[in-house]
Amino acid sequence: MKIGSNFPAKLPEGPIADQWTNYKNHINLVNPANKRLIDVIVVGTGLAGGSAAATLAELGYNVKAFCFQDSPRRAHSIAAQGGINAAKNYQGDGDSTYRLFYDTVKGGDYRAREANVYRLAEVSANIIDQCVAQGVPFARDYGGLLDNRSFGGVLVSRTFYAKGQTGQQLLLGAYSAMNRQIARGKIKMYNRHEMLELVMIDGKARGIIARDLVSGEIERHSAHAVVIASGGYGNVFFLSTNAMGSNVSATWKIHKKGAWFANPCYTQIHPTCIPVSGDHQSKLTLMSESLRNDGRIWVPKKPEDVKAIREGKLKPTQLAEEDRDYYLERRYPAFGNLVPRDVASRAAKERCDAGFGVNATGEAVYLDFASAIERYGKEQAHLKGLDENDKTIVTDLGREVIKNKYGNLFQMYEKIVDDNPYETPMMIYPAVHYTMGGTWVDYNLMSTIPGCFVIGEANFSDHGANRLGASALMQGLADGYFVLPYTIGDYLSADIRTGKIPTDSPEFDEAEKAVKDQLEKFINNKGTKSVDYFHKKLGKVMWDKVGMARNAQGLKEAAEEIRQIRDEFWKDVRVPGGLNEFNEELAKAGRVADFLELGELFAKDALHREESCGGHFREEHQTEEGEAKRDPKFQYAAAWEFTGDPKDAVLHKEDLVYENIEVKERSYK
Amino acid sequence: MDLKLKIWRQKNSSDQGQIVDYDIKGVSPDMSFLEMLDVLNTELIEKGDDPVAFDHDCREGICGMCSLQINGKPHGPDAAITTCQLHMRKFNDGDTIYIEPFRSRAFPVVKDLVVDRSAFDRIQHAGGYISVNTSGNTQDANAIPVNKDNADHAFDAATCIGCGACVAACKNASAMLFVSAKVSQYALLPQGQVERKKRAEQMVAQMDAEGFGACTNTGACSAECPKEISLTNIARLNREFLNSKFN
Amino acid sequence: MSWFSSTFSSSIGRKFAMALSALFLVFFLLMHLTTNMLSVFSANAFNEASHFMGTNPVVQFLLQPVLIAAVVFHFVMGFILEAKNKAARPVKYAKKDTGNATWISQNMIYSGLVILAFLVLHFIDFWVPEMNYKYIEQLPAVTDRYYGELVHKFQNPVRVVAYVIAFVLLSLHLLHGFQSSLQSSGINNKFTPGIKKFTEIYAIAIPLGFVLIAIYHFINH
Repeated sequence: MKIGSNFPAKLPEGPIADQWTNYKNHINLVNPANKRLIDVIVVGTGLAGGSAAATLAELGYNVKAFCFQDSPRRAHSIAAQGGINAAKNYQGDGDSTYRLFYDTVKGGDYRAREANVYRLAEVSANIIDQCVAQGVPFARDYGGLLDNRSFGGVLVSRTFYAKGQTGQQLLLGAYSAMNRQIARGKIKMYNRHEMLELVMIDGKARGIIARDLVSGEIERHSAHAVVIASGGYGNVFFLSTNAMGSNVSATWKIHKKGAWFANPCYTQIHPTCIPVSGDHQSKLTLMSESLRNDGRIWVPKKPEDVKAIREGKLKPTQLAEEDRDYYLERRYPAFGNLVPRDVASRAAKERCDAGFGVNATGEAVYLDFASAIERYGKEQAHLKGLDENDKTIVTDLGREVIKNKYGNLFQMYEKIVDDNPYETPMMIYPAVHYTMGGTWVDYNLMSTIPGCFVIGEANFSDHGANRLGASALMQGLADGYFVLPYTIGDYLSADIRTGKIPTDSPEFDEAEKAVKDQLEKFINNKGTKSVDYFHKKLGKVMWDKVGMARNAQGLKEAAEEIRQIRDEFWKDVRVPGGLNEFNEELAKAGRVADFLELGELFAKDALHREESCGGHFREEHQTEEGEAKRDPKFQYAAAWEFTGDPKDAVLHKEDLVYENIEVKERSYK
Repeated sequence: MDLKLKIWRQKNSSDQGQIVDYDIKGVSPDMSFLEMLDVLNTELIEKGDDPVAFDHDCREGICGMCSLQINGKPHGPDAAITTCQLHMRKFNDGDTIYIEPFRSRAFPVVKDLVVDRSAFDRIQHAGGYISVNTSGNTQDANAIPVNKDNADHAFDAATCIGCGACVAACKNASAMLFVSAKVSQYALLPQGQVERKKRAEQMVAQMDAEGFGACTNTGACSAECPKEISLTNIARLNREFLNSKFN
Repeated sequence: MSWFSSTFSSSIGRKFAMALSALFLVFFLLMHLTTNMLSVFSANAFNEASHFMGTNPVVQFLLQPVLIAAVVFHFVMGFILEAKNKAARPVKYAKKDTGNATWISQNMIYSGLVILAFLVLHFIDFWVPEMNYKYIEQLPAVTDRYYGELVHKFQNPVRVVAYVIAFVLLSLHLLHGFQSSLQSSGINNKFTPGIKKFTEIYAIAIPLGFVLIAIYHFINH
């Protein structure tokens, strides 16, 4: 079935550069007095949700914002390290809206929607202006102007940054904008609250059922529109760089109420994370992509050296240059260590699968700064008129340069691994990081449920099959500050006479009952295994069979195994404590129940997509050199409709048409 | 290694609470402190007991959600990290470890080791922002150059994660380091000038209303701060406040 | 709320007032030490200075009340702040580790109390007899009595020991307090490391001066 008559993507007409402006010129507006009569619920307070809540409140809507953390400032956008892209062309290196648009579509392996990506590139410059006005302390040069750095997969310097804490600074900016509206009474903030159900009245999203995580109380909240900004679902793998609480529940609940879920199999595996150290591991820590500017990735060439290293008989620093395999430089001479994330991750897996992994579990490669330290050291020695051949001087100076660039990351690594990365190479391995898939939305960012909007990582729209570095922050803020506030007005203009939505309707009764029934079921189940037990089991199946490399047989097995785990979960899960109290296990149980359903749809989507593209790699579809092989047949977004069970989900296809970009083979050689 | 844990247990905010002893065996030195508590909780759940409640989320030292007073120190014995970044290799076999919530009148206990830090949010509502609309028509980001030193110091102050370790470490449970970090960030940037006086005045008033103690300049806050926020910010806050009153 | 109460009932305003009284007292210590120091070099000079201080109306009716007010204010505000600060943490930690700050900075109240006890003694020793002499019994002005009274007080070894202990505590109090009062007044800049050194030298040198004078008189008479 195709996306069309019932749910058009509502793409605007005309030349792509004018589409957003034309669109804005022709939408319906809500007058300021009427905005006061309209309530909007925003679920999630990361970059997308926080910026949306603040802007909607500023426009005059009555906003209710929800987050499960104890403060909106803690949403996981805060952990983003490297930077945010914007087509400002401050460096005068030829950047433009079109180039950012082009790079993003290509980086996404031609699986993103042109109109959305162009709009994203167009508003990107506004984001930087807005954030600076809010007091976000971006890095500056000595002239007092904003500085930029480079990220993977592009040929210009367009990334704005605040050391290794860009996400934190941007989120605190959005949080401060929220605070201003909270103080004005235009945002009512619900901290430590979790959305557990969407309430629909006459086919429209009209409210949510939420649980107060402190008292356990079930609450009804009504509104004229519901905005979901709950982030990605990487935690379906159990281990990921997501926060412990990151979950799919909000988007999964709306999926079960009728919102189509698009491209669940597009998952970004980030190449540079700290490897797993044991069974107790609860999460994985990212080492910023920016490290690949100076770090060289390698494994030993000879199996006997690998063995000696694993047994601790040989140190990596003792291995001669000719015995090292700098496999990214070998395979991709043009981009070298700075190939995009999907490519770098697969290459690491390939070496480790071939038996060259350098830690005890065989799942780690080296990220080595020795050459960079020497290069910078010599440069500095030359500048300072010191002896360029004195190894101690050069090493000391070089380490100082590295420390200035990446000090906090090196410290983080040392605290976790207890190894000094200035002296010995870092050990890294790919880990689940970001999910490009998510709720299908039209150009207005509205899902297939009228009045239910989905923004940020939670939707599917802008990154295609692979996201470029520093683009997630851009999308989150673009959606929240500059896109949704316009598009939602078009929808709400029909609601100015509706009046307050009462919460004593049968629809609210029913939704609340469903929520309570599930919670009671958990508490009364009295099984034998903890929630984490099932989550870890699910994660293992996902990683082994639906992870970096997938094949038809593994995917079929995975779907079957996930069903089994789900059955076992409902029979044997043990949730201690009661309903009406602070009960983290109860909250976790609900989240894992949703992951157990999503996981199956994920595998189903990966199985149906008989091609390799971006983060989705099917072993059956690769070139002779082991590169991803796209198939034009699959040039569509796969939007799944829930029909009662993930295995019976119905596929809707949105064809992706490229009128402004030529679809080409994506090569980094 | 085997450890003896002395953990504060408190059912809810109205419960009295007490220290309860737990033995935990086979702890790996590569575990993070929170992973050690995960293991304890799994054991408790499987035995049918109530697991220990503690706040945590990103587990990479940036969200500010994790807390814990470990052996008398916020975020435990290591410097410049949060509890989630603390690893068990900092302890020895046979150690006794006290685990308590961050204590302050302004941070009431929610359950066990979980405290309510919404006082920090309310201080921010009182003025922790620059009043600028997200119209998309703000002036170009490079229209006002900012001196690099000021920009860097503003950034250093802005790295505060709002965890509350400063309050927990201070003998007076003072929130001055937290408030000073936010006030400093804006005081150092041209964008923050318009509301400078009002901001300092209102944020300090809210800080006092929340019941935090006064600053006696011991420096314990800065010593325990995971982001090493400097005491110069507190002096700046004093200056900003006095300036708002006397100028 | 009025300007005055919103300023001086705020935590920062109170600390600022505390700092101002502290800085005044720090300066007073120097004056006092200078006068005392004269006793080591010349009995006459000491007598003259003491007589001037004891009879000059500006000193007696302006500076002395200000000094007493500053002392009283410093103590009262110290107690108020201590009580408020204690109340900010109603439930104490079971396990404490105070290694993250100096002992003295966390125990100013105790060094303050010792100094208060000393001040009481000091008042009984010098100020009360002096007031009695001048204003109650209204004895004739004798300009050379001061040196003898001073020397007499330091004959008692118990008093000298108490005196030394009090000044050690004063030194500790100043080691934190002097620099802290600058910080509370908002002074922290690129000169601060140097200023801190100065305050530390001051905090040791001034009390040491008082102690040496006491010991000098104890040994020499």
